[in-house]
Amino acid sequence: MQRLEPEQIAQRVARDIPDGAYVNLGIGLPTMVANYVPDDRQVIYHSENGILGVGPAPAPGEENPELINAGKQHVTLLPGGCYFDNAESFAMMRGGHLDIAVLGAFQAAANGDLANWATDNDRYPPAVGGAMDLAVGAKQVFVMMRHTTRDNAPKILEKCSFPLTGAGAVRRIYTDLAVIDVTDAGLRVRELYSGNSLEEVQALTGAPLLPPE
Amino acid sequence: MIDKTMTSMTEALADVRDGDTVMIGGFGSSGIPLHLVEALRLHGARDLVIISNNAGVAEDGIASLLKDRLVRKIVCSFPRSAGSIWFERLFEEGAIELDLVPQGTLSERIRAAGAGLGGFFTPTAYGTRLAEGKETRVIDGRGYVLEKPLHADFALIKGDRGDAWGNLTYNTAGRNFNPIMAMAGKITVAQVNTIVPVGTLDPEAVATPGIFVNRLIAVEGEDHAAA
Repeated sequence: MQRLEPEQIAQRVARDIPDGAYVNLGIGLPTMVANYVPDDRQVIYHSENGILGVGPAPAPGEENPELINAGKQHVTLLPGGCYFDNAESFAMMRGGHLDIAVLGAFQAAANGDLANWATDNDRYPPAVGGAMDLAVGAKQVFVMMRHTTRDNAPKILEKCSFPLTGAGAVRRIYTDLAVIDVTDAGLRVRELYSGNSLEEVQALTGAPLLPPE
Repeated sequence: MIDKTMTSMTEALADVRDGDTVMIGGFGSSGIPLHLVEALRLHGARDLVIISNNAGVAEDGIASLLKDRLVRKIVCSFPRSAGSIWFERLFEEGAIELDLVPQGTLSERIRAAGAGLGGFFTPTAYGTRLAEGKETRVIDGRGYVLEKPLHADFALIKGDRGDAWGNLTYNTAGRNFNPIMAMAGKITVAQVNTIVPVGTLDPEAVATPGIFVNRLIAVEGEDHAAA
């Protein structure tokens, strides 16, 4: 069975980001998607702290300490970009103005439920950030994650066992094994990476998978 | 003649009391009024309630208040960042109360306080653990959670340039929570990099009108957290 590297999952997500989209990339893995969107597409990246038009990392020595993204990394502003305060930024997110949010996840469920802010370990402090606002507000929420935990336990489930970030929020799931759409009929495999069979991927998934159409 | 300029950080925070609620601007390492936070630490007021997006990393900023055990409770959206050792230590000890608020709800609650609103209904967190115990309502078929305003005794913010009237500009993404916290503090204290004569800031570039700022103080040189 073929498991994609994180960079390859990011490339796969990037293929589905259309020209002209306003996009928020979650911290961690999803941030890498920006590296792979083809140059002939103009995509405007939003950062929750208050930036539209986020550009690539600055050259060493050129960093502005105040100019960081949601992952606290130094970034630049592209021509045409702008700054705003946090309440206005979340009006964009909650108010349905962003086309796509790509989020990491602990778990995603067949009904589109998303869990990515807390685990069942009470000693480990939870952190929610902007995830719940994106879950309710972005026009489409894509999840990007490994298909299983490190112990090969499924992260795609019939029902999330961890506390929810949002109910019915997820539209599509990109993993290292497959691309899966959340539909009214259930989870439908959109794409199996070459070398992976539906049966193999199903065995690592905690909810029934419908075959590609 | 209006002059909100203070002569020292100590003077700017002299009337902070034990148990006060203090908002601190910033997101990650950006836009934090570090000199004011250090003055607050030296002031020594205890049992503080801190409202800020993060809980500080290493021993800088808010983490320095945690290390000195001056904070009873923290209201924030993302307390756990790489290097937030003091928050994690106190949380594990049960020595600090955490009120975890989704970030957009945090900023809108702050804005609501500054705008004189009694609260608002948001779809964020509806049906999740963070909405437990809160009033909910279905409006036009969609579920919402009632969220109330967040007020503060003091708001400590960071601007780039300011004038004696309290008008402020910001440096890029250093703006973040600072303009809304300026609105929500009973007393808002702004740390700026430079104070310029009244009338010289471009009125179109002023992001915080001076009416929201009570006290203003300039620092020598730039003020940035360690990355």
